[in-house]
Amino acid sequence: MSNIVGIEHDRVTNTVSTDFPGYSIEANNEFDIEEFKKKFQINISYITERTANFDLIGIDTSIANAFRRIMIAEVPSVAAEHVYVFNNTSVIQDEVLAHRIGLIPLKVDPDTLTWVDQTVDEKDRFTDDNTIVLSLDVVCTKNPNAVPGDNRAENLYRNSNVYAKDLKFEPQGRQTETFEKNPVVPCDPNILLAKLRPGQEISLRVHCILGIGSDHAKFSPVSTASYRLLPVIDILKPIAGSDALEFQKCFPSGVIDIKENGEAFVKDARKDTVSREVLRHEKFNGKVKLGRQRDHFIFNVESTGAMPPEEIFFKSVRVLRNKAEYLRNCPIGNLN
Amino acid sequence: MNAPKLTILQEGIEAIATTLIAHITVEDLDFREKAIYIAMMTRRVVMAMHNPKLVDDRDYVGNKRLELAGQLMSLLFEDLFKKFNNDFKANLDKILKKPSRASEFDALLHINIHSNNVTTGLNRAISTGNWSLKRFKMERAGVTHVLSRLSYISALGMMTRISSQFEKSRKVSGPRALQPSQFGMLCTSDTPEGEACGLVKNLALMTHITTDDEEVPIRKLCYMLGAEDISIADSATLHTNGTFGVYLNGTMIATTRFPIQFVAKFRHLRRTGKVSAFVSIYTNVHQSAVHIAADGGRICRPLIIVEDGESRVKAEHLLKLKQGAWGFDDFLINGLVEYLDVNEENDSLIALYEKDIIKATTHLEIEPFTVLGAVAGLIPYPHHNQSPRNTYQCAMGKQAIGAIAYNQFRRIDTLLYLMCYPQQPMVKSKTIELIQYDKLPAGQNATVAVMSYSGYDIEDALVLNKASIDRGYGRCQMLRKNTCVLKRYPNHSKDIVTGMRVNEKGEPIFQHSALGPDGLGEVGMRIQSGQVYVNKCVPTNASEGVVGGQPGINQQQQYREAPMVYRAPEASYVDQVMMSVSDNDQALIKVLLRQTRRPELGDKFSSRHGQKGVCGIIVQQEDMPFNDQGICPDIIMNPHGFPSRMTVGKMLELVSGKAGVLDGTLQYGTCFGGSKLEDMSKILVDKGFNYSGKDMLYSGITGECLQAYIFFGPIYYQKLKHMVLDKMHARARGPRAVLTRQPTEGRSRDGGLRLGEMERDCVIAYGASQLLLERLMLSSDAFDVDVCNTCGLMGYNGWCPSCKSSENITKMTIPYAAKLLFQELISMNIAPRLKLSDVF
Repeated sequence: MSNIVGIEHDRVTNTVSTDFPGYSIEANNEFDIEEFKKKFQINISYITERTANFDLIGIDTSIANAFRRIMIAEVPSVAAEHVYVFNNTSVIQDEVLAHRIGLIPLKVDPDTLTWVDQTVDEKDRFTDDNTIVLSLDVVCTKNPNAVPGDNRAENLYRNSNVYAKDLKFEPQGRQTETFEKNPVVPCDPNILLAKLRPGQEISLRVHCILGIGSDHAKFSPVSTASYRLLPVIDILKPIAGSDALEFQKCFPSGVIDIKENGEAFVKDARKDTVSREVLRHEKFNGKVKLGRQRDHFIFNVESTGAMPPEEIFFKSVRVLRNKAEYLRNCPIGNLN
Repeated sequence: MNAPKLTILQEGIEAIATTLIAHITVEDLDFREKAIYIAMMTRRVVMAMHNPKLVDDRDYVGNKRLELAGQLMSLLFEDLFKKFNNDFKANLDKILKKPSRASEFDALLHINIHSNNVTTGLNRAISTGNWSLKRFKMERAGVTHVLSRLSYISALGMMTRISSQFEKSRKVSGPRALQPSQFGMLCTSDTPEGEACGLVKNLALMTHITTDDEEVPIRKLCYMLGAEDISIADSATLHTNGTFGVYLNGTMIATTRFPIQFVAKFRHLRRTGKVSAFVSIYTNVHQSAVHIAADGGRICRPLIIVEDGESRVKAEHLLKLKQGAWGFDDFLINGLVEYLDVNEENDSLIALYEKDIIKATTHLEIEPFTVLGAVAGLIPYPHHNQSPRNTYQCAMGKQAIGAIAYNQFRRIDTLLYLMCYPQQPMVKSKTIELIQYDKLPAGQNATVAVMSYSGYDIEDALVLNKASIDRGYGRCQMLRKNTCVLKRYPNHSKDIVTGMRVNEKGEPIFQHSALGPDGLGEVGMRIQSGQVYVNKCVPTNASEGVVGGQPGINQQQQYREAPMVYRAPEASYVDQVMMSVSDNDQALIKVLLRQTRRPELGDKFSSRHGQKGVCGIIVQQEDMPFNDQGICPDIIMNPHGFPSRMTVGKMLELVSGKAGVLDGTLQYGTCFGGSKLEDMSKILVDKGFNYSGKDMLYSGITGECLQAYIFFGPIYYQKLKHMVLDKMHARARGPRAVLTRQPTEGRSRDGGLRLGEMERDCVIAYGASQLLLERLMLSSDAFDVDVCNTCGLMGYNGWCPSCKSSENITKMTIPYAAKLLFQELISMNIAPRLKLSDVF
C-alpha cells in the first residue's frame, strides 16, 4: 500500500498505516532497527528562540503523535501554583489575579527543581529545592509630574498597570547561588496582570513549583506542539496556458510554478496548506491528485519561553524512552 | 346641599349627558355630537351585518393601545387622592356634626392624619404589583415587576416587554398568533414559550409609544384646513357619496369633500413640525372616514419619507450624520423622517430598499433588521434560521452569564453571575452595536469542531477542552448576598456582633477562622462550609418584659450565639461587607460572598441559535483533534444538532467568524444583511483554507488524519446560569417530614429521591417484591405496631386498649403513613381491622 494519504474533495482516504507485523501475509513488516536507521531522517527547517520547525521522516504515526502528546502534556515545567495574597484592593479579584499569575510562563530551567511531595505536611512541603518564590508589591499613586491634557492612565498615575515583569524573584536558601546567573523572570515581561488606580495596591507572594501539562495547561512548556503531514501534489495530465495560471491561483504562492512552455509544475508542495481549492474546479478534474505523505511529519513546536523548543522535543523523547523502559521492566511485559 | 329634586325626565337627560358615552362632553344640552356618535356606531354595526368583512379585527395592532406607567400611575393616584379627600371630608363632617366641641377645630390636624395615605398606597401598589382600584373597576396583579439584573440582556429585554391583558390559561390562537400588522412594531421572535406564548411580546428596535396629545388645537386645525364643522353639517351632506367624515380620536368632528387634499395638507403640517410628530392621520375608504389619532398608547415607528419616487434622505444628510453634526431628531425636525402608527402605515406604500421605490411609494424602511427587538438582534444571521430557534435564543440570551453593567463589582445583588473574561462576538450585528452588547458581552468565542467524539456528546452534550478551561474559558463568578439584621428588643437589649473564639493555643477555632476582630468576615477570606461570617449574638433575655430592672446599669447582659454560618459544597470568598440601617432603624449587615467557578461536567452552554447543551466530558488537550496549524477546538459539538434544527445561521456564523479570525476583522451577521458567504469563502481560500470552512483534522489520540473533513471555526458560546454546583443533590439519610415520617422533598430540604408511581410499576412488573418493600417502606417510613389479633386494632407496648388484654398481640412493621391512615379512619368512626395470617 502506498504511504500517501488521499485528499479527495469530500473525504480523506488511506489514513491508516499498515506496515506493522501481521497485517498481511505477503509483507513481513517486522520492525528492523537497521532498516529504520537507514530510512529515518530529521530535517531541521529552522530553530529560533521560541519556535522550532523540523521534519521527522520515516517514522510511524504513533511515535510521532506520542512526541506531540508528551510535549503538550508530560514535559515538566515550572509555574505558579500557590498565591498568598496579603493585600489586594484592585478591581480584579484574588482568584482571577492568581489565575492570571499562574498562566505566566517563567524562565526557569525545570531541571533545577525537584518535585514537590504532596504527602509531606504542608509546613515542610516547600523547600529551596522544589519551590521558587516570587513576590508582587505594587502601589498605585498619582503622578505628580503628569503632563496636563494627557488623560491616559499611564500619564496620570504611577503603576497604573501591573505587568508580569513586576513579579520579583526572591531566592531562598541555596537558590542565591544556583540562580545567580539566571534569575527567575517571566518569559514575556509585558503581560498585563491588573490595572490599578491611586490608592489601590497589590501585595502577594507566589510559590512556583514543577508540574506537567496534563495537570494544568499552565505547566505545559509549549504554546502548542503539533505536526502536519507533507502535502503531495501529483499533476496527472499536463496543465498549460491560462488554465495553468488558474491552477497556480488555487494554491498558496510558491507552490506551483509555470514552466517556460506554459505548463504548470509543482515547485514546492511543502508550502501548500491543502485548501483543496483545486478540487472545486471542474476543469482540473482528473488532472491533479492531492495527497499527504503519511510518514513525513512537519513538526512545529512553539515554546512558551522557559526552554528552547528543541530541548522540549529532546525531553519528550526522554519521557517516551522512560515509559518504554518502564513497560519493559513491568513484570507482565517482561517476556525477554 | 339642597339641590332641587329632579324630575324623572331631567334625571334621564342628565344620565344621557354624563353617563352614556361619557367621553363626549355635552354643553348646554347640545346632544348633536353625541347623537352623531351613537348613530355612527349603529351605522357601523348595520354595515358589518350587511358585509361581515367590515368587522374589525381585534388582534390588529392598530386597534390596540398600550398602557404605560404614567397612565397606570395616574389612575392609581386619582383613586388614592379621591379616597383621601373622602376620608378627610368624612372626618371633618364627623367632628363638625357634633353640637359642642371640646377643643378648637384645626383642619390641618386632620390633613396630617391622612397625609400618609397617598404615599403608602402608591408604595404598596408598586411593591406588590397589585392595582386594585374599585373606583375604576380595576383588579390587576403583576402590574409591576422587579427589573431583573441577572444579565444586561435580561434587563434590556424586560424593559421592552409588553404583556397582554388576555387570559393566559385560555387556549385561543388568535391573540397569540403573529399579526402581519406587528411588522416593525413588535419583535417577531421574542416571545416566551409555553402558556404566555404570543401574549407576552417585546417591542421592536425602533418603536415609540405615543402619549396623549391635546385635541383642541388639532380640531381647530382641521377647520382651518377646510373641513366643515359637524355641528353645521346637515344629514344630506353626511350621506352623499364622496363626503368623508373627519374623526378625531374616534369622534366625528367635521366633514370634508376632499379627503386626499385634506390628509396631504395635514401631513405636510406634521412634517414641518406644526403638529406633534406622533399624531397620525389616515383615510379609511370603507368607512368614508379620515381618522386622526392623537391618543396615547399607539405604537409607532419612524420611516423615511419618499416623495416623487425619491427618498428625502440624501447622501449629504447621511454625511452630516456620519460627521456627528446631525442626530436622529434633526432628521425628524427637517421632515426627512416621520413616525407612522400602524393605521397610517396601512395607508402607505413602504419600500423595503431604495431600489424597490416606485412612483406610488410613500415611505422607505430605515433598516429591515429593526423588525426584530433588542434581544433577537443578538442572533447572527437569524434570517437563515428556523424561526423557533430564534425564539429559543431570545429566552436563552437572558440567562447568559457575562458583564451586566459597568458598576457590577460595586453592586450588592441577591444573586449575581459574572464572567471572568467575556468577549465581544466575532460575528456581531448592527443591533449589537446599537445596544452596545459588544461593551457588555455575555459569552466567549469558542473554536468549535462539529464532529462526533467519544460518545459523551450525544443529545446535545458538548465536549470541552481541559486546557481551554485551564486558560480561563467559561470561567465565571457567582456572588450571593447574605443579610443579617441586628435587632433591638423592647427591653433595651439588642443583638451584637462579637469577635472570634480561640482555642487553648490562642488561634481562632475553625468556625471562626474567617472572622476579623469585629466579628465580621474579613474581605478576601476564604469561607468553608461550617464557618461563620457574621458572629451575631442574641441576648438571652430578649423576650423578658420591659419592666424588670433599669437598662444599662444592671448586671452583665447574657448572650447566646446566633451566627451566620456558611453551608455549601464549595468554599466562598468574602467579596464585600456592607453595614447599613434598615427601614426601622435596625443595624443591617450585608455580606457578599463570591465563588469563582470553572466549567465542569453538566454546566450548560448555548450558542446564539437556540442550541443549548450541557458539558458531557472534559478532554485533555492532547486528546483533542488538531489541524495543520496545531489548533485544537475549545468545544466539540455533535453534528446531529444540525439536521433537525436547521440552524443554518450557526453555520454561517462559523464561516464568517473563521474568516474574521483569519482576516483580523469583525464580521457582521445582521438580520437580512451581514457579511456575504461568498466573500467569507473568498477570505478563507485566500488564507489557505477550504472555502467551506471544513478542515482536515488529525485525531489527537491516534495521530492519524480523520477520514472526514471537519467543520471547524469560532462560534460565540454563552455560558448559561444553570450550573451543576447549584443543583447537585444526593441523600442517604436525612430529615423526615413530621406528619408522615417520610423523607422530605426537594433539594433545599435535603430531601430524598422519590421512587414514583411509574417506577413502582416497573418494580412490580419486574417482580422485585423485596426491592419494592425496601424502597416503599423500610427506606421510607417503616414503623413497628402492635396489632391485636382479637379485635384487629392497633395497641401499644404489647397491650390492646380496646380488648384490655395483652393476649394475641402481634408485632409487625407497616408504613407510618398506613398507621396514620388507620388512626384517621378511627377518628371518623370507621374501624379498620387488621386480620393477620401466615402467608409462608
